[in-house]
Amino acid sequence: MTTTTDTLVPFDEVLERYDPALGLEVHVELNTATKMFCGCPAAFGGEPNTHVCPTCLGLPGSMPVVNRRAVESAIRIGLALNCSIAEWCRFARKNYFYPDMPKNFQTSQYDEPICFDGFMDVDVDGETVRVEIERAHMEEDTGKSTHVGGLTGRIHGADYSLVDYNRAGIPLIEIVTKPIVGAGEKAPAVARAYVSQLRDLIVALGVSEARMDQGNLRADVNLSLAPKGSGTLGTRTETKNVNSFRSVERAVRYEMQRHAGVLDAGGSILQETRHWHEDTGITTSGREKSDAEDYRYFPEPDLVPIAPPREWVEELRGTLPENPTEKRARLQAEWGFSDLEMRDTVGAGALGLVEETIAAGSSPQAARKWWLGELARRANDSGVDLADLGVTPADVARIQALVDEGALNDKLARQVFDGLFAGEGTPDEIVAARGLAIVSDEGALSAAVDAAIAANPDVADKIRDGKVAAAGALIGAVMKEMKGQADAARVRELILDKLS
Amino acid sequence: MTADIRRTAAELADDLASGATTSVELTQASLDRIGAVDGAVHAFLQVDAEGALAAARASDERRAAGQVASALDGVPIAVKDVLATEGLPTTCGSRILEGWVPPYDATVVAKVRAAGLPILGKTNMDEFAMGSSTEHSAYGVTHNPWDLTRIPGGSGGGSAAAVAAFEAPIALGTDTGGSIRQPGAVTGTVGVKPTYGGVSRYGLVALANSLDQVGPVTRTVLDAALLHEVIGGHDPKDSTSIDQPLPALVEAVRQGASGDLTGVRIGVVKELGGEGYQAGVLARFQESVELLTKAGAEVVEVSCPHFVHALATYYLILPAEASSNLARFDAMRYGLRVLPEGVDAPSAEDVMRATREAGFGDEVKRRIILGTYALSSGYYDAYYGQAQKVRTLISQDFARAFEQADVLVSPTAPTTAFPIGDKVDDPMAMYLNDLATIPANLSGVPGISVPSGLADEDGLPAGFQILAPALADDRVYRVGAALESLLLEQWGGPLLDRAPDLEGASA
Repeated sequence: MTTTTDTLVPFDEVLERYDPALGLEVHVELNTATKMFCGCPAAFGGEPNTHVCPTCLGLPGSMPVVNRRAVESAIRIGLALNCSIAEWCRFARKNYFYPDMPKNFQTSQYDEPICFDGFMDVDVDGETVRVEIERAHMEEDTGKSTHVGGLTGRIHGADYSLVDYNRAGIPLIEIVTKPIVGAGEKAPAVARAYVSQLRDLIVALGVSEARMDQGNLRADVNLSLAPKGSGTLGTRTETKNVNSFRSVERAVRYEMQRHAGVLDAGGSILQETRHWHEDTGITTSGREKSDAEDYRYFPEPDLVPIAPPREWVEELRGTLPENPTEKRARLQAEWGFSDLEMRDTVGAGALGLVEETIAAGSSPQAARKWWLGELARRANDSGVDLADLGVTPADVARIQALVDEGALNDKLARQVFDGLFAGEGTPDEIVAARGLAIVSDEGALSAAVDAAIAANPDVADKIRDGKVAAAGALIGAVMKEMKGQADAARVRELILDKLS
Repeated sequence: MTADIRRTAAELADDLASGATTSVELTQASLDRIGAVDGAVHAFLQVDAEGALAAARASDERRAAGQVASALDGVPIAVKDVLATEGLPTTCGSRILEGWVPPYDATVVAKVRAAGLPILGKTNMDEFAMGSSTEHSAYGVTHNPWDLTRIPGGSGGGSAAAVAAFEAPIALGTDTGGSIRQPGAVTGTVGVKPTYGGVSRYGLVALANSLDQVGPVTRTVLDAALLHEVIGGHDPKDSTSIDQPLPALVEAVRQGASGDLTGVRIGVVKELGGEGYQAGVLARFQESVELLTKAGAEVVEVSCPHFVHALATYYLILPAEASSNLARFDAMRYGLRVLPEGVDAPSAEDVMRATREAGFGDEVKRRIILGTYALSSGYYDAYYGQAQKVRTLISQDFARAFEQADVLVSPTAPTTAFPIGDKVDDPMAMYLNDLATIPANLSGVPGISVPSGLADEDGLPAGFQILAPALADDRVYRVGAALESLLLEQWGGPLLDRAPDLEGASA
């Protein structure tokens, strides 16, 4: 566990003295068939160093060729974020040494991004906040280092490191916001809502798997504090490794409290990279940025400029999914959700999940009930986002279908979820393996009811006397006998029949 | 049956076609010549006798079956060690790539193989093509076949010397600031830098990506055109390659060889001559210009005022790109790995530092430092950015000059071959060798160097450079072939006939 000696100022007090400014950099790994600059498969996983070729290994003499589909995805993301699309732009080399970077430079874009000057309207507790987008640009991913030995899993203290270059060269789109000022106490919620709704947009565009837990969507959180009302921007820190919506919110909150602690004590904030620790909910210092940040960018001489024809851009505009704001209004009407229900659904990052569950056959209220009830509770308990819980909308729809058929009740359904989390297979497989189906064998049920009546003669008498409410005690006894696998309504019917 | 290694590639192709020789005979004859003289010349870093003979046998079998792969099928070739060759070590003349065997072929190498040319081996060069003398190779200097105490030019001294010493009929070179043309000039051979984008760079280990170009190194203009047609053309693996058919180069040579240049306007570049140029080099240049005039060409003087800044521009752009290209040599994946002395558990960073310290030579380090500085935050606009602007001005100079002339001409290099060791400790003096060749790389236009004769003061070869607008490579071949045929007539035979016999020589 990483511990901290940071002085944290209570959140409310931070806001009394400071205005926070936020900035978010989100990396989206595209789901193109091949890599950004070569023909290797861009698929996640694979035996280490099998999805590689001279180009993505950076072998001497190799050259890049731009993936047209990645450019198309970048333009569609840009258009969906209301950006301008450059008439002409270039790739640039970002030079720095790191073992997981095959060429020791990353082919990225610098002062000529393909998309710039956009915005996204974000719903935060029923209020619309406009987040301005500075740019969205294309770049390639690095390889993945695994540090073996040592205590922290970080490079320092490791015995040796392994590098898998399967990920090297996978296309990334980096989306950078302008500084978000004036959010005040809502800053953490705005950060979370932005990332969550950006993910919904990416999913709707179909350009990425957008799984935060798998690193398809990675957020870096920039934060600074300025004296309240000063209208200035303070020194910022950039917190990396924030890989859930919940962590985005917590990281902003933590950094606000930590910055205030430093500033209150008369100190100054170091412009640096911070690492987020999911387990303890704190950030620790990474490398100092001020002296390491000279990336010596220059235009990539092995690639020619990209000049997307305007007709192509307009053609791509025609492929965009529905505008998110209009879509939310439409869905609310279709589903018959109240304003509060809709706000909670969006706030929990469950809009897409609920939509997909409904599409898979569930009723809107049932879908909402599972995602915002049982599943939200479990996600919260294990500190992950709903989307990363390991339960799919199809699973939820199937479980609800079994409930609707009378094959499961809510209690049994929860046991099916247990099975899903334990990786026991599909809902149907779990029902079969765990023997969870409701017993519809009238003979067994009738015998259990008879046994309960015989064992509780006084309760039976009360029911015979017309005190129907007393039936609950007998139902409980029957359900216990049946290990919960009975339809309670049918049990009640049988008891009342037998005692009438 | 004969296999005369002194014959040109075109003549050898005819011999193969007529059955006068076989590819195996020819290849073996080249290998024998390498065995006899390369101890003295040291043009080769690797000789692949087995691979070359296997390719020669395959060529002979193809020919017997009536399936000839190209005009040069069966003619052996040497390849500069900066081009990736699958299964054959590729060092770029650097310790840092010692032992690296590429798992793939450069596109030009694949084309050469597909055309049926047996690859004799890999030729020496200045480390990562940085130099004008081949003295900066980590594997020893190459000697000029005209005078073994002198440099063969650079960076492609190995390819030029191999061809001049009749170790290979033809070779592949690369030209970033003159590395094909200047060695051609000082060894009495022909070298062509094609239009930027005319030949694929895929598999060429980049020195400066925006300047590099692969081209032919030969003894005649016709051989260069034949090889150029084998290696040229669009390559989808090189995004900077031009998606257009090559002009008809061999045809242009045949046209030029008639010796008639009526209607061709030739521009003598005022800024590329005079002070700093050796008298004998200038004399041969003037005579060549007069020959072209007699052949019907109209000669005008043109001015390219920004050419005086070409060298400074080049030495900002090249190191900047090179500093980034060479970053990948870090001991993590291939090549040399040096563990730092006295460090118990070295980090990746320690190993990178120790390897780069031990693996790169001084000239490479000098240019990495220059380039890193030129790209640094706060200096970019003053250096790299400014250099790119001057580059545009140089291109505009070319554009204006080509309004007045169809081709531009100058001496290829300011001097003949200088003695080994003369300039190796004086980078500025070394850089001045490329004064006349660099402008073509900065603006991407094609150029050829054709031997113009021997300088009176030292009896060593001088070169005549012809430049044409981008994509008009056929013009340099036409004018080059005309000059070649006029000079041959004057000399009564190839210039290389006057070079010393190397059999039994030792450096």
